[in-house]
Amino acid sequence: MTRFLRQFAVPVYALIGLTLLSPSAIAETPFPTIHEPSDESLKCIHPEDEMRRNHMKYILHERDETMHEGIREEPESLANCINCHVEPDEKGEIAGIDSDKHFCNACHQYAAVQIDCFQCHADRPQKFINRNGHSSSITQQLKRTLADNAGVNE
Amino acid sequence: MTDSTKKSTIDSSRRDFLSKAAVAGTVTIAPGLLLHSTAQAASSGNISTRPHDEDVSNKNRWGLLIDTEKCATGCTDCVDACNEENGLVSHGRPETDAQYIRKVTLKEKSTGHESSLPLMCQHCETAPCADVCPTGASFVRADGIALVDKHICIGCRYCMMACPYKARSFVHEDVENQKLTAPRGKGTVESCTMCVTRIDNGGIPACVEACTAENHNAMIFGDLNNPNSDISIALKSRGGKQIRSDLALNTGVRYQGLNE
Repeated sequence: MTRFLRQFAVPVYALIGLTLLSPSAIAETPFPTIHEPSDESLKCIHPEDEMRRNHMKYILHERDETMHEGIREEPESLANCINCHVEPDEKGEIAGIDSDKHFCNACHQYAAVQIDCFQCHADRPQKFINRNGHSSSITQQLKRTLADNAGVNE
Repeated sequence: MTDSTKKSTIDSSRRDFLSKAAVAGTVTIAPGLLLHSTAQAASSGNISTRPHDEDVSNKNRWGLLIDTEKCATGCTDCVDACNEENGLVSHGRPETDAQYIRKVTLKEKSTGHESSLPLMCQHCETAPCADVCPTGASFVRADGIALVDKHICIGCRYCMMACPYKARSFVHEDVENQKLTAPRGKGTVESCTMCVTRIDNGGIPACVEACTAENHNAMIFGDLNNPNSDISIALKSRGGKQIRSDLALNTGVRYQGLNE
């Protein structure tokens, strides 16, 4: 029985090695495209690498602060993710969370990580009532927050 | 002797800390001076003027006052506004459809006097829902708003059993196209949030806004802790009743015009 297995071991290892080394296998992996916000001033709240690894930590922190302490104007909120990165396509249609064109879903499908946020949360940008009672987009609010933060850091 | 020495050390370091903190406070506040002065001017207690980076605190206690004399039987303006604001849609099964506000008619048996009133979460200070919640999802925010943290709600519905006002609903269906300011999803319990996002952004609840816009003026929103707010003035002059006041829950929603 052992001899039988040994006979097969060499070809199997060779096969695995070939698959790993094959350049065609790597080239065929469809890498998701990240949608950059069209508004230049909103780019890079944090560097891409940082966001790729830690976006869930930012959102989780914001979640508890917002829910329990009522702090709602931090830049790293889920609403801000959606508002800047989910934008209408050329036809003016906005992709929902089920579409692989949706900003969040593009990567999450690629990484095979299930995303639960949108069972409750809005998956598309919406207008927002700001603190003066006027309707404005979150983008305007985010710009203000970013400007405020820049002022404090100087 | 040792104790008193220890005590004085603590006091001195405390004093140092406080004086440093005061200096630091002045420096940080300076850029927000404009915001601060605006906040002072608008501090009528009718809307929130809390700076956006400050935690909610028990300095405020948000409440509603409903005048049942002005609330017309059959009028559902507040309910409609609430449904619109929170994206509550009917699935054609009234028994399980979510409702944050119900219109209720109360009849005094001895006199036959009827009053119509909107009944929503009463935002109790000592809330039975928060008491019984096994995960801490039901809680009362520092400024008196009873909420469900749906991130940690497991949908056991114990809070629904505990609520004496039957104010909570369970989401039985998958939800799509939620409102930005009203996240809601299947398998969690929910109820009136007093439009907490609006309040945090200096607005008033959607029901009060609708009632006022339609000129019924049966609802007042404001800070129960601020003696200058419209709600406090109205309560001081005419009083207000808590429904099931015998339970001593100290509700944030009060009613006028109800017969004892």
